[in-house]
Amino acid sequence: MFDDYQVTGKKGTRDGFGAGMAELGRANDQVVALCADLIGSLKIQKFIEENPSRFFQAGIAEANMMSMAAGLATAGKIPFATTFANFATGRVYDQIRQSIAYSDKNVKICASHAGLTLGEDGATHQILEDIGLMKMLPHMTVINPCDYNQTKEATLAIAKHHGPVYLRFGRPGWPIFMPEGKFEIGKAITMKEGSDVTILATGHMVYYAMEATKDLESKGISVELINIHTIKPLDNEAILKSLAKTKCVVTCEEHQRNGGLGDSVAQLMSMNSPTPQEFIAVNDSFGESGKPDQLLEKYGLGISDIITAAERVVKRK
Amino acid sequence: MPRSITELENIASQIRRDILRQVHSCSSGHPGGSLGCADYFTALYFHVMDHNTDFSMDGKGEDVFYLSNGHISPVFYSALARSGYFPVDELATFRKINSRLQGHPTTHEGLPGVRVATGSLGQGLSVAIGMALGKKLNNDDKTVYVLTGDGELQEGQIWEAALFAAHNKVDNLIVTVDSNGRQIDGDTEDVMSLGSLEDKWTSFGWEVLHMEGNNMEAVLNGLEAAKKKSGNGKPVIIIMNTEMGYPIDFMMGTHKWHGVAPNDEQLENALGQLEETLGDYKI
Repeated sequence: MFDDYQVTGKKGTRDGFGAGMAELGRANDQVVALCADLIGSLKIQKFIEENPSRFFQAGIAEANMMSMAAGLATAGKIPFATTFANFATGRVYDQIRQSIAYSDKNVKICASHAGLTLGEDGATHQILEDIGLMKMLPHMTVINPCDYNQTKEATLAIAKHHGPVYLRFGRPGWPIFMPEGKFEIGKAITMKEGSDVTILATGHMVYYAMEATKDLESKGISVELINIHTIKPLDNEAILKSLAKTKCVVTCEEHQRNGGLGDSVAQLMSMNSPTPQEFIAVNDSFGESGKPDQLLEKYGLGISDIITAAERVVKRK
Repeated sequence: MPRSITELENIASQIRRDILRQVHSCSSGHPGGSLGCADYFTALYFHVMDHNTDFSMDGKGEDVFYLSNGHISPVFYSALARSGYFPVDELATFRKINSRLQGHPTTHEGLPGVRVATGSLGQGLSVAIGMALGKKLNNDDKTVYVLTGDGELQEGQIWEAALFAAHNKVDNLIVTVDSNGRQIDGDTEDVMSLGSLEDKWTSFGWEVLHMEGNNMEAVLNGLEAAKKKSGNGKPVIIIMNTEMGYPIDFMMGTHKWHGVAPNDEQLENALGQLEETLGDYKI
């Protein structure tokens, strides 16, 4: 069923970012990196080792880091400003808004440890609002890749894209299944065609959606699964085309229901063809400490939740 | 041919007229700090900086300036226009609909001379440090200048930037603090005391200089001294004493004119205290 998407191993999406940065360091001498005391967590040791003069340790001072990135971009550099997603968005929203987005600076905000799956550190670090915060900013591109390969490709792609970008990825080891050469900013990837229900998934949830799809197909429900790595700009055409066929949708994301992918899809549908939708997302709640799979299960983001939501939405047609 | 002190003072007088006419015309804006910094802007844009009025965003091969306390945009806009970045008559559009001269400076409308949006305080110094790092990477030996308010130093990000610049020896950066001792709600001493700025910046590892900001000769000498101190492994900061509202008699000695525009009568009175040296822009 997913012949082109066989699991080949397991690594963190942040490892994909690190591999992308290492490659960028060699390929583009205008790329510079900044980090707020989280080099190991962001996996950028290789970039730093090979390009020491193009790395700036900002210390635990994220506001200064974001604004410095704006200055570096003005001087013609392509700065990748890196830290945990919580500190890369909520903590520095005004700096991003004024110095980067409004000022149209070519800064890449690269954020690890997004969502529930960072696990044991708990809710202080598990930001579930970052997609919403970033997608609301004019000029901002928002990308949430699903595995090691896609994160690496996204990292390379955003260096070639002019303008501010929010690239969101995570901490845990996660199945690798995306073949290389498929990533294009703003272009959704239809991983499987189907006719009864469309599942739109982003980030880590793409893998869970694949697993749910296998179960649903075995029950006779035909699923169209689309990998939405770019949340802004959303691939409206691909989504509307699929919904014209299946006439119902489940959106899956490791984020609050408010402000996330599901929100964007609902807005798109309400302005074009209103369609029954189910949301797999955190429902107005903070997270807590635990293992990634336990947390996804507890907060309604498990594989079984996707299956149930799909069955429910098909009946609502 | 460098301009004489008298010539620079004449430019500053015209810039001060521009400031008052801009804020009067739209009945809003920040004249107090703008008037106090007119001598500094004149010295920078007409004497000190090696800059190109044929604007390029990256500022490669030239000195660049950042206004961190973006609310004193009237003095910034006048200095840019009078030095040739855009037509002087465009000053008449300040804070009005469809203008490139937004209430606070922005790159968004494409106004030549502005390299980042400022207004939300505390960010411009960090952006300037980023530009200074970029210049070093580009083997560009020009200098980055930045002006901050003194009230602005209450923002925590300023001190993040102060630590970073000293630790990383960002020595192609000359910061000036407009030390007028006043902010919207009153004297900085009453709102939240800054203590000794000299002690603070020295202990953060900066080279600290002082200058009188409402005396053209002192400003030229101060900026020259700062230039000599740069390039020696330490960022440089000048604590510039100014009088908010200078030299308009009824605007000095109070924080009242921080963000209030003069009415018709007050404008006439104020303009009567400033010589029209280069011709007022048309409204």
